[in-house]
Amino acid sequence: MSFAQKHILGIDHLSREEIIQILDTADSFKEINTRAIKKVPTLRGKTIVNLFFEASTRTRTSFEIAGKRLSADTINISASSSSVVKGETLEDTARNIEAMHPDIIVMRHGASGAPHYLADRLDCSIINAGDGAHEHPSQALLDAFTIREKLGRIEGLNVAIIGDLTHSRVVRSNLYLLNKLGAKVRLAGPGTMIPPGIEKLGATVYHDINQAIEGADVVMMLRIQLERQGKTLLPTLREYSRFYGLNPNNLKLAQENALVMHPGPMNRGVEISSSVADGPQNVILDQVENGVAVRMALLYLVSGGEETEG
Amino acid sequence: MSILIKNGRLIDPANDIDGTFDLLILDGKIARIDKKIDDSAEEVIDASGKLVTPGLVDIHVHLRDPGLEYKEDVISGTAAAAAGGFTSVACMPNTKPVNDSLPVTQYLIRKAKEEGSANVFPVAAVTKGSKGETLTEMGELKEAGAVGFSDDGLPVINSELMRRALEYSRPFNMPIISHAEEKSLVGDGVMNEGFVSTELGLKGIPWVAEDAMVARDVMLAELTGGHLHVAHISTKGAVDIVRQAKARGVHVTCEATPHHFTLTEEAVRGYNTNAKMAPPLRHADDVEAVRAGLADGTIDAIATDHAPHHVDEKNVEFNIALNGITGLETALPLTLRLVNDGVIPLQQAIALLTCGPATALGIPRGDLSIGAVADVTVIDQERKWTFDPETSRSKSHNTPFGGWELQGGAEVTILAGHVSYRFES
Repeated sequence: MSFAQKHILGIDHLSREEIIQILDTADSFKEINTRAIKKVPTLRGKTIVNLFFEASTRTRTSFEIAGKRLSADTINISASSSSVVKGETLEDTARNIEAMHPDIIVMRHGASGAPHYLADRLDCSIINAGDGAHEHPSQALLDAFTIREKLGRIEGLNVAIIGDLTHSRVVRSNLYLLNKLGAKVRLAGPGTMIPPGIEKLGATVYHDINQAIEGADVVMMLRIQLERQGKTLLPTLREYSRFYGLNPNNLKLAQENALVMHPGPMNRGVEISSSVADGPQNVILDQVENGVAVRMALLYLVSGGEETEG
Repeated sequence: MSILIKNGRLIDPANDIDGTFDLLILDGKIARIDKKIDDSAEEVIDASGKLVTPGLVDIHVHLRDPGLEYKEDVISGTAAAAAGGFTSVACMPNTKPVNDSLPVTQYLIRKAKEEGSANVFPVAAVTKGSKGETLTEMGELKEAGAVGFSDDGLPVINSELMRRALEYSRPFNMPIISHAEEKSLVGDGVMNEGFVSTELGLKGIPWVAEDAMVARDVMLAELTGGHLHVAHISTKGAVDIVRQAKARGVHVTCEATPHHFTLTEEAVRGYNTNAKMAPPLRHADDVEAVRAGLADGTIDAIATDHAPHHVDEKNVEFNIALNGITGLETALPLTLRLVNDGVIPLQQAIALLTCGPATALGIPRGDLSIGAVADVTVIDQERKWTFDPETSRSKSHNTPFGGWELQGGAEVTILAGHVSYRFES
């Protein structure tokens, strides 16, 4: 089955069938990651540029490993080492990279819409690795992959997502994806971190996280940015932890086998207690592991989904 | 020089005239208006089927002159004005340097007279350098030709200073024009706050940022008896506040832009930087409220907030794109849309583009009284056309209306008895 999308800008523009195709493709790639020789020739001769305007370790490394295991040539460019600091525009930076004929640009940018902007102006495929507070599609896909792997399904599950909803691209991509695959989403967070109308993206919003957690099949905690403490949005991390943190007590309200997820990097003792983060229900490192397979699937599918001569 | 305009439907709201009349211009003045004038004239314009109105007046324009001429200057900006049917524009002081002084005000007026295609009535700054610290020399600026005071782009944050500005300007009969945004609520927001900003992951600006500042300024006008003019009103709440203030007899006037009565925040989708301006495009309910405010007379004027920017300042990520859009060449057809949509009658639409804005800022234009300066616009209400920003007379092309099918436009624009624009198909 061919894949119709040239770019992966967000989950918003993917159909349910395309999402399932990505997850199924990731399933078939996952096994490669546990071989002794972790490399297949699938994308040999393809060039992938990881263009990161924001700091990222996990996502960038994951995309890089994904590309390398498919035998693509992957190059990392981070904003601090690029000409961006010299005042070059985003379009010029991207056009200069494109002049060297990459097949795919994997891009992270602090401005919502930045990958969409480049997709309108460049010929190569763009994969959004996170844009501002907008979307982070590969994260939502690896979350879904992990849920499906652990619980066998997504349809009908209750998924609680808790934390800073306003500034989270993870929550938006997850809302699109979970709704398309038939899950029920509950959201909770501090009153200052619930953006207007988010329920219209398909969720029930709670202010008491216990209500969101109660009976949930999955509890996904969002990272709180530590620098928000003491400014207008948040009094202290201490209070945040008390009212919006996941701990063994409130986790008991969830289903007995509920999954505990976190997109990382975690603030232990803030949004998630260490005993929960390391506890038997956590699948946080599974998420990271699955991220490689999901990103291999994305790179493969936007490349046309055909095996190169090898 | 004489021009005879024949057989047009002459609408002069200031003099309550609407009917088929001939109009004779002699020596730059309105000489005669009559059912039939057979005098010979150097130019005869057949305005059959057309409207003949006072030259349109736009009281909110950024000419970017002096200092930012790469975006616009007096020559290009007034050429765009003439093409849009405007004969007079009031230009905002956020130039380089800021127009807070006699020489800049004089420069603008002189350059417009010598090289421009429209009258330029400068709006000078409320505070020196628009820094919000000390008042400008309002008396002298008025003598030089300024028609109002504004720190446009910035509100006067200090409430005491705003009070003093209204008090000080009052004896000079000059309005203080408020760019009403409570800056702490605007924060680093880049579009209207609501479902669309949530979905796009863009920082929102809540309606209360405008309402709160309009409320403060209206109360200060009430306290001082000064004349407050609210620029580019865009929220339901702000329209309500002005409506109530007018009912109480507060000396407050206000204007609305074509984009705020035409577009909603939905136009931002796709991260369209030509839909980014301050105040931002609002919710559909706000657009309805602005239209209602135009219809019931709460809003005195339609003004464009013509804000040219270079393509390099718009062809960037949404959150760093500069605020503002051009508007001089689309204001008339977008206003006529309101007529076609049944929001306001034609006479009122013309009033909102002529005597309404002229009266709000005390500009001696906007009517066709005998003996008045002959600023006249002949309007073809029927012509259908597609707006191509590349053909704009403005130096800048930052408009969300590119490619729009529009109806109506200036046929001939006459400035003090001389043709400043003529439509050529």
